[in-house]
Amino acid sequence: MALDQECLIRLDQVTAGYSGPVVGPVSFSVGSGEIVGLGGANGAGKSTLLRALTGTARLFGGRIDCHRALTIGHHQQRPEKPPELPLTGRELLALLGAESPPPDAVKPLLKRPIAKMSGGQYQLLQAWACIDSGARLVLLDEPTNNLDGTAIEALDGMLATLGSSRSAILVSHEQPFLDRHCQRKVEVSPWTG
Amino acid sequence: MDGLMIFDPLFRVPLFNGLLLALVLSTVGAYLRLRDEWLAAFALAQVAAAGGVLALPLGVPVVVTAALAAGTVAVVYGFLERVNNNHYGVAILMGWSSAIILAANTHQGSVVVESLLRGQLYFSGVGHLIGAAALLMILLVSLPWLSRRIMITRFFPDHFSANRQASWPHQVGFGLIVVFAVVLGTLAMGALPAFALFFLPSWVAFVLVSGWRRALLLTGALAVIAYFVAFVLAIQFDQPFGPVLVLVLMALLPLRLLGRVG
Repeated sequence: MALDQECLIRLDQVTAGYSGPVVGPVSFSVGSGEIVGLGGANGAGKSTLLRALTGTARLFGGRIDCHRALTIGHHQQRPEKPPELPLTGRELLALLGAESPPPDAVKPLLKRPIAKMSGGQYQLLQAWACIDSGARLVLLDEPTNNLDGTAIEALDGMLATLGSSRSAILVSHEQPFLDRHCQRKVEVSPWTG
Repeated sequence: MDGLMIFDPLFRVPLFNGLLLALVLSTVGAYLRLRDEWLAAFALAQVAAAGGVLALPLGVPVVVTAALAAGTVAVVYGFLERVNNNHYGVAILMGWSSAIILAANTHQGSVVVESLLRGQLYFSGVGHLIGAAALLMILLVSLPWLSRRIMITRFFPDHFSANRQASWPHQVGFGLIVVFAVVLGTLAMGALPAFALFFLPSWVAFVLVSGWRRALLLTGALAVIAYFVAFVLAIQFDQPFGPVLVLVLMALLPLRLLGRVG
């Protein structure tokens, strides 16, 4: 089904999982310029739902309709940080075309190999890569993991750069973080059969 | 004079063949390390050796059976959802045992398997050289496109599916390059020396420099220098080339300490 200009993605009674259903059914849509939070207990299937949007989890029921010009940037929970890789922060950002002047918190990471970054620094760099990639819909899965207060403030500033034409879906256990950014929250429940 | 033996026309083709392969294998090895798949090179080399043994009884060139065997295993891995070192371990054991058993039960099999496991660089001909040059050209031409896509897949695994873009062209393309690099390396140098070129130069280079391009350049440079030194030493002291190459590459390992200090 074609979506209008204002709606980027619509989920209708979606049940998703891997070898079997994990989450759902759940229905919601994300409009242009909107930031939507996904809530739910641990193991409710929030990350699985994001993976269903990126095509890496299986759809067992319902449907997902996307705007034909939709592009997605997905910051995964616990992004993998391969050991000893000499790739620098700048090179990682360039992969997704994230080449705007970076926030102050990211600047010191540009010349640093990712192998020499802390977990929090790498997390922030990955989040900026997705946010600055130009993707119309940014999925951030627990982006505050490993971040201290200063880094969370930097992340707040990054989200502010999304503007009115780009959207995001946030998954976080930090309730204040969700409250600050989300216009709307959707409760996700595990699939119960 | 002995010192000029490497310039003997007899050794010219093997020398250049090995130089090209050192560059190709080490560069491909850097990408395998990026993907945390460096053990795959050894697994495919063992399987290629087992496939190569079948060449004589089937009456086809070794390169065909070796490539078919390694390619088949690479395709099987391609269908698995997640491939890790356990899978490569199985292929190593399967390749080694198949090679030895096939060798024991085929005419002149033991001669072939010996050459595949130990290498026969000095007997490599113009055909090998053309193959190595072609592979290097393919690698250089495809790398600007391939490199970015391999890295995106590594750091943002669902980027292509999320944006409805096919990832199979670069996955299959890189897979083919790996298979042919492994086969050419195994035929020319032997399974273990070829694996050493995939494995060791990038392991050293990655801790010494910052930046992917610099790391690639250093990886290639270390491989070429080690290869050249090994070639000279093997001829000069009349030693088998493969083990000498492995020892020279191993001699680079202490350089990793410099990276830890810096």
